[in-house]
Amino acid sequence: MRHPLFTVVGLALLVGLAACTEKPQAAGSRSVGSPAYMGTGVSAFTAGGWKAGDATSWEEEMRVRTQAGQNEYVRSGGR
Amino acid sequence: MARMKFICDAERCIECNGCVTACKAEHAVPWGVNRRRVVTLNDGVPGERSISVACMHCSDAPCMAVCPVDCFYRTAEGVVLHDKDICIGCGYCSYACPFGAPQFPSSGTFGMRGKMDKCTFCAGGPEAHGSAAENEKYGRNRLAEGKLPACAEMCATKALLGGDGDVVADIFRTRVTRRNKGSEVWGWGTAYGKPSSGSPAPKATKS
Repeated sequence: MRHPLFTVVGLALLVGLAACTEKPQAAGSRSVGSPAYMGTGVSAFTAGGWKAGDATSWEEEMRVRTQAGQNEYVRSGGR
Repeated sequence: MARMKFICDAERCIECNGCVTACKAEHAVPWGVNRRRVVTLNDGVPGERSISVACMHCSDAPCMAVCPVDCFYRTAEGVVLHDKDICIGCGYCSYACPFGAPQFPSSGTFGMRGKMDKCTFCAGGPEAHGSAAENEKYGRNRLAEGKLPACAEMCATKALLGGDGDVVADIFRTRVTRRNKGSEVWGWGTAYGKPSSGSPAPKATKS
């Protein structure tokens, strides 16, 4: 009959090695965030003219802001 | 949904670097990293032209195709962004990008070359909009504040246009037709040829 110490050591090694599993190596699941029209929730820095969560009003605000800020033919009345 | 795009009017850009400064200031971009820069063609020669260049947020982005860890994604607004928590700083995107947009800080997790940094179209990153984590990694999220990119809004001569592709294309088209020039350096004619230069222009087809 084997010495009980061998059995105890064997079991301890088995338990110890069981913890040595390989770390998962797949690329982490990539978060894509939320759409811009959801807003930041900080009203102090948010431009007026649209409502957070409303995609249509955000798109309209972008369109108006682009035309008003970057198209001087609109600002000068087409002259 | 809007598809965000930049276009630079080479007839108007005066190489003031206001767009570069606006970007650096808005996002506290670190020393050595330029998300945007002004490139001058034929510098010093009469007729030189300048264009402001950054990430063009390609519809079929080569950086997305070559990234080995798939850290890039496209938002609902058509902005190409990346997740710095996944990026390994390998630099493949830098080789793939035709505009030289990907930038690498000189210090970081991976020794001499840190995780990639590039223009976000002022749309932040995957973290919660306006959060401290997003601001620290990617800078300010102006799109979620209902604003357009700082570089385009700061441009003194309105050479750099940024916004919904349909709108900025309409603005640029109006300028070109009114002044009867201006798409020679950076536009359809340069990329695809003109009937007068011997190469036939492709027939316009609607797809």
